[in-house]
Amino acid sequence: MRWNRDLLFAAIVIVIVAGVGLIRPSFVWPRNLIGLFNDTSILMMLALAQTAVILTKCIDLSVAANIALTGVLVSIVNAAHPELPIPLLMLLAAGIGLLLGAFNGAMVWLVGIPSIVVTLGTLSIYRGLAFRASGGTSIVGHQMSPAFIAVPRAELLGLPMMSWFAMLLIAVFAFMLRGTRTGRAFYAAGGNPTAAVYSGINVGRTQFIAFCTAGAVAGFCGYLWASRFSIANVDMASGFELDVIASCVIGGVSISGGIGTVAGAVLGAIFFGVVRNALPVIYVSPFWQLAISGVAILGAVIINAGRERQTGRLILKEAAAS
Amino acid sequence: MTKIGTSLSAREMSEPMAATESPPVLETIGISKAFPGVKALEAIDLKLYPGVVTALVGENGAGKSTLVKILTGVYAPDAGRILLNGTEIVIRDAQAAFHQGITATHQETVLFDDLTVTENIFIGHQITGRFGMLDWKAMRARVKTILAELEVELDPDMRLRDLAIAQKHLVAIARALSVDAKIVIMDEPTAALSYKEVEELYTIVAKLKREGKAILFISHKFEEIFRIADTYVVFRDGRAVGAGVVSEVTPAKLIALMVGRTVDHVFPKVQVPRGESVFAAEGLSHPTEFADISFNLHRGEILGFYGLVGSGRTEVMHALFGITAPSTGVLKLDGKPIRVSRPADAVAAGIVYVPEERQRQGVVLALPVFQNITLPSLDRITRGGFLDLAREFDLARRYAGRLDLRAASLSQEVGTLSGGNQQKVVIGKWLATEPRVIILDEPTKGIDVGSKAAVHAFMGELVAQGLAVIMVSSELPEILGMSDRVIVMREGRIAGVFERAGLTAESLVAAATGNVAAEAA
Repeated sequence: MRWNRDLLFAAIVIVIVAGVGLIRPSFVWPRNLIGLFNDTSILMMLALAQTAVILTKCIDLSVAANIALTGVLVSIVNAAHPELPIPLLMLLAAGIGLLLGAFNGAMVWLVGIPSIVVTLGTLSIYRGLAFRASGGTSIVGHQMSPAFIAVPRAELLGLPMMSWFAMLLIAVFAFMLRGTRTGRAFYAAGGNPTAAVYSGINVGRTQFIAFCTAGAVAGFCGYLWASRFSIANVDMASGFELDVIASCVIGGVSISGGIGTVAGAVLGAIFFGVVRNALPVIYVSPFWQLAISGVAILGAVIINAGRERQTGRLILKEAAAS
Repeated sequence: MTKIGTSLSAREMSEPMAATESPPVLETIGISKAFPGVKALEAIDLKLYPGVVTALVGENGAGKSTLVKILTGVYAPDAGRILLNGTEIVIRDAQAAFHQGITATHQETVLFDDLTVTENIFIGHQITGRFGMLDWKAMRARVKTILAELEVELDPDMRLRDLAIAQKHLVAIARALSVDAKIVIMDEPTAALSYKEVEELYTIVAKLKREGKAILFISHKFEEIFRIADTYVVFRDGRAVGAGVVSEVTPAKLIALMVGRTVDHVFPKVQVPRGESVFAAEGLSHPTEFADISFNLHRGEILGFYGLVGSGRTEVMHALFGITAPSTGVLKLDGKPIRVSRPADAVAAGIVYVPEERQRQGVVLALPVFQNITLPSLDRITRGGFLDLAREFDLARRYAGRLDLRAASLSQEVGTLSGGNQQKVVIGKWLATEPRVIILDEPTKGIDVGSKAAVHAFMGELVAQGLAVIMVSSELPEILGMSDRVIVMREGRIAGVFERAGLTAESLVAAATGNVAAEAA
């Protein structure tokens, strides 16, 4: 049933791409499509991370702030010590991000504050720290080492590295959500926290793990963002958390938790990328992009609500009988 | 009043009340209500008179709450008429009932904790002044008058959150008076009150009575029925089975009316020799919910837990399963003390709990059947940190088959299954952990007769395989039909332990309601 929805959505995306291709054949050239996928990679990875969090009935508004802080920090480290190997910096970025995510998770798990409040707070804290760390200035390309900047542009088998990272992460998430206890716990904890507790699942710890995962991915994306745009400052990825959440929602991840797929989140992000790239090509003002995204969000939610209401009716029937 | 087991005619029921001169203020004629698979109320005739307190008694599930919900406009009756002062009325919704003068205070007060006393009393019918502005001054003045009439001290500007439960009940009563209610329904108003608060409530009931309100008083406590009620009505299985004047009845007679039923369902009781003790509780206590709970559970035994709603049975089960921690006491498995501080500990020790509210507590509706069944058993299907999906499917298929689960496929989402099949998923998921002790909380509540029989038959299979079963049930026939031993709880304590031989419905109800006189009778 979930799969049918994902397939339908994939078909819609393909139809849109094909439609734009009819008007502008250059849009569907492989080179352009690869570029589109590559452009969307960071959004895709963050949407996956956010999916883990949303599945557990939480939300992480701090992912973009996490990108800014980790981006600034690894850029500073790189500027100060250009000799450090890039893989180490990547690990550092993911590690810093993980710590930031762990802080969110700990507040939710151990202190019991609603995640939307926690991450609304840390969103400001992390950006504030990014401002302090950067001193309000930008670390720009010439301060970064050539290797630092080269990674997202490097190609492997004709595909940019960023796309490879995204595909790797898609595989990891697909496997984690389907084939590990943690993934199963995400679904159970969000789908029915009470039943999860009764089944011996620690809901709070599960949410903590989801936040850690999201933080690590966001931190890694912090490095990618800084190197790809060759700049790191406090305004990095400003407001990007909303694009991430929107991608999840469009992709059918239920904000009330327990429902969502890797394919859905990835397609949601791709839909975003297609709309953003296609509109200028067919001479539609990019300003329409926001409106179209908004309509897509509402459309997706209405479709999902129709589905969820069906199960809702079943609950009521049972409740009435007891 | 010897008509046990049959429904009284409307004429006989209204007879004792003919003594009061004034006509009934509220009358129901042939009210019926059915839910899928359950007949909640059948042809209820009830008359409420001004200045008369009518006690409504009956077992859990006898239909009392359903009647309250119909009178207050929450449910629409399937059949029957409601007369208010002799005129037929239709109660469209809760708001309509309220404005027609039918008000209710509920077991758990349904008020707003963050609003003040005045705001709560006038919610939905605020006094407005010029330009539709709310006239708080008038409302506050009115509240003061009402509270003065009730002779209670209460600050109209206090937030409900800061009040004691008894005071909240007073607010609910004041709310009823603010619309000049003619009928006041009180659904177990003393259930959560202290002794002193109960006395105050009685005074207020007496006052309402003098003012000519018709009061329907729902209670399980015989002492208060005999103290404040004038007339009584007994419900059993959705029917009114007895009515009369309280001064002409005895507690023993009321109990007989409550339980006296013809057994229409033969229980597939399997006789299994009682084995050695498997699981024991010693002196389990909780600061607020229960005290001194000790028992032994044997292999092949079904131990019934009976008691009124709120007697602490479910809370004890939660403690056994590690959901709430008891303050003192020891749990023993095979004679050795075990620590159960989380459900995972209990599952690991082989103790599982099938909760009462299976949808809220038992299944994840959005997950497929097989993932629900394996949820507590993920340990056993994990290989090197990864789930072995083939093994998972095998496990799920085995238990789905054992329970005769009707589903299109194991990948079907549980939310799309029928109630009976969802129940099977819940039981299946616990059996898949291969437990030694299984706790069933109201195992057949709200499921149809066919599924009930299947669950009962299945319980027989479980004990035959050497499992030990604890069955919490509010249904007397089920307790009587299935248990080897019965523990009756009352007000958080064990009120009696009964062996199957010589088990009678009367003795159980007497123990549950604390009526020793009736026990002797």
